[in-house]
Amino acid sequence: MLFLCTSVLQAQTKKGDVLIKNGTVITITDGTQENTDVLVRNGKIDRIGKNLKTPNGVEEVDATGKFVMPGIIDAHSHIAGTSINEATSQVTAEVSMEDVVDPLDVGIYRALAGGVTSIHLMHGSANVIGGQNETLKLRWGSTNPEDLRFEGAPRTIKFALGENPTRGGRSRGIQPQSRMGVEAMLRNTFNDAIKYRDAWNAYRSNKSSRKVAPEYSLRMETMVDILEGEVLVHCHSYRADEIYMLMKVFSDFGIKRLTFQHANEAYKVAPELAEFGASASVFSDWWAYKLEVYYSTAYNAAILTKNGVTTSINSDSGELIRHLFHEAAKTQKYGDLSDNEALALITLNPAKQLGIDNRVGSLEKGKDADIAIFDNHPLSIYAVPQMTFVDGVKYFDIENDVADQRIYIDPESTVEDVQILYSNDHDRCMEGANVVNFTDLFNNK
Amino acid sequence: MKKFISILSVLVLLPLFAFAQNDGGIVRADNSKFALTNAKIYTVTNGVIENGTIIINNGIIEAVGADINIPGDAQVIDYSGQEIYPGMIDSGTRLGLSEIGSISEANDFREFGEITPNMQALTAVNPNSVAIPVTRVSGVTSALTMPAGGPLPGTAATISLFGYTPDQMYAGSKGVVMNFPSSAQRGWRRRTPEQIEKAREKAQETINDAFDKAELYAKIKESDAARYYPEMEALAKVINGEVLLYIEVNSAKDILSALEWIEERGYENVVLTGVAEGWRVADEIAEAGFPVITGPVLSTPTRGSDAYDTAYKNPGLMQKAGIKVALRTMDTENSRNLPYNAGFAATYGMGKEEALKAITINAAEIMGVGDQLGSIEVGKKANIFVSTGDPFQTSTKILDVFIDGYKIPMTSRHTELYDEFLNRTPGVNKNPTKVDG
Repeated sequence: MLFLCTSVLQAQTKKGDVLIKNGTVITITDGTQENTDVLVRNGKIDRIGKNLKTPNGVEEVDATGKFVMPGIIDAHSHIAGTSINEATSQVTAEVSMEDVVDPLDVGIYRALAGGVTSIHLMHGSANVIGGQNETLKLRWGSTNPEDLRFEGAPRTIKFALGENPTRGGRSRGIQPQSRMGVEAMLRNTFNDAIKYRDAWNAYRSNKSSRKVAPEYSLRMETMVDILEGEVLVHCHSYRADEIYMLMKVFSDFGIKRLTFQHANEAYKVAPELAEFGASASVFSDWWAYKLEVYYSTAYNAAILTKNGVTTSINSDSGELIRHLFHEAAKTQKYGDLSDNEALALITLNPAKQLGIDNRVGSLEKGKDADIAIFDNHPLSIYAVPQMTFVDGVKYFDIENDVADQRIYIDPESTVEDVQILYSNDHDRCMEGANVVNFTDLFNNK
Repeated sequence: MKKFISILSVLVLLPLFAFAQNDGGIVRADNSKFALTNAKIYTVTNGVIENGTIIINNGIIEAVGADINIPGDAQVIDYSGQEIYPGMIDSGTRLGLSEIGSISEANDFREFGEITPNMQALTAVNPNSVAIPVTRVSGVTSALTMPAGGPLPGTAATISLFGYTPDQMYAGSKGVVMNFPSSAQRGWRRRTPEQIEKAREKAQETINDAFDKAELYAKIKESDAARYYPEMEALAKVINGEVLLYIEVNSAKDILSALEWIEERGYENVVLTGVAEGWRVADEIAEAGFPVITGPVLSTPTRGSDAYDTAYKNPGLMQKAGIKVALRTMDTENSRNLPYNAGFAATYGMGKEEALKAITINAAEIMGVGDQLGSIEVGKKANIFVSTGDPFQTSTKILDVFIDGYKIPMTSRHTELYDEFLNRTPGVNKNPTKVDG
């Protein structure tokens, strides 16, 4: 199915060549190397070493006194999406965020200015089985959504447990209205998918010339793909009991790749997560904005890491995404993680959770040249991102940043287009889910 | 040997409990006489003392300096290698007023009605809010806690983040909150320019009408003609300069309108809050001479076309224009991120020294309690924290906090859950079955 969509607008994205000289290179997988060069050829990291020769025609960037790290990866984002929730049913596995990518969202540039190179553009959390997500590279400046696709990244899908889907159920008088109903809906849907697969398998192996094909369902096709491990599940969740429930459901259906998103209470079942092999993508310190995050701790990421759970820190916010390096640093205050452990939370670990760690997440020969350069150690509060590269192409350079980014000024405009937002209303996880009083949803993640 | 180990463990644990009474597992705050010695003391108002001592007695800083006699009855705490700062003040929060964001029953910062300046935030402060210990163990010792809502939603109060009743927490400053009519978009809902302008005009009329009445009321309130009118009573205090007027205003155009409005009315005890686009009209604000409470610094720009770091730079640009600036998180449960808001402001132009003032002495002076809070000086309230280093730096740990002279237990829900769950018992197997060889 997928190739039908992609082949129409095959993107030819730019690949760069650059030699980043004499920086402190934080590789994540091979230590931190001082006075070291990174050579990029045709969008890939070609060599990491000292005193590398500059090949003909390759631009040099002097990183003396600066810090060079893998581009930051946000495993939970809603920037660059023109809509977030398809909340018309509790199962909408047929829809995909790939159809709503907005390459013109200024949030992309702001994220690049925070050292971010890849995001996981996620469907919202209004329904138990939501839409498919889209992994993007922040190739700012293109008007073609296809140019932002992280080509070759595995497909992923959003699930949601707890308050958000049960609230939707209550407001519409349908299942689920409780965490019992959420589990039942998951099991019923997977059982339907097995029946669907069996029906199609029976049809395909039926030699009769008068056989009748079962009804085709894109929704069920996607559910089958999940059962077969082709679509990775990223599940919005908060409470330990619901996290535990989903692991049991997935064990029963033989599904192995599972990342819990938000997962504020994952620390309570860290040993179980480690045993299952599930990972967690969490906030650095958000809590108390709803009942299911009241019993949170900012030490969540540290507890999970120390219990052997692959953990990332995400933004879920157009504001926070600009300083994920600072959010990762909070794990040193809350739990004493090492520099490398803290930085892995926003590089290698989210790459693993998205299934793209063979391509990005660390500075290694052969990996994509997605790189961020900082003037101070990225975990320092005084760190300012200087340059951000995707595939070796520079998409952010603080030297070329302009104060007024308007392309067109309307002389007739009477109203200044000013938008005042507070920290507690960034989140878009329930945006577009018009299932209850809209104002009730403003402050909910 | 066993006895030796138990003595050893007592010795090891002793520092943890030495200055807090451990009563059946409950660690209580302690208000002994304290001598904090050998620390690097950032007084904020009188420079840095490299190897200094602070004497705390009866809630007050009794002495501070490099060469201080230590009273014989003081508990001496050696803070060699550590740094001491005045407690941080968050100049805009909902601390105590909001327990769980999404549950309306757990939120008390919004009252019904448009003109309700008599609604007292202090009354609704829950001293036992879980967010309060979470905040203070990060070194934030005071906060302005504010009501929200219509044009005049109520009276904000400055509170100290330790106490068992609102009165124990009250830190001596109140101010009526006014939301200046806004010409900006808010939240996700896009309004048309006409809708915005109509709403703005209506709000302006409401405010003008309220203050016209209040000015009249202030003149006649002592006469028999005046009946009991609590809304007007609250506004009369603003008119007489008895309490502050906090004017929440953000877009450049609205800030200029607000300055005009203040001048027409002739009010003096005014603080501008929010001021997200203050940098655009910083000279005008400076000339008018009103102080500013701004933040959160960690915000997106107010306009799509603005530079990505506009909000980070705003406090520094205003301060450099000559405005007295204090910072706020405008948060509740994450007011603990105040030092990081200051850190970003410092990094993006304000500098460390001014950013530190913006969360200590400037905040105290703006709220009219500069003689009691905001710096380490003799006679001021003993609101201080001890850290491993620069409090803006994310990895820095806060080791101890004193509020009104009380040494605060360094625990909160977040630390307690960490202690319980870092190495959970039991792990995966509750009763592992023994398999014989």
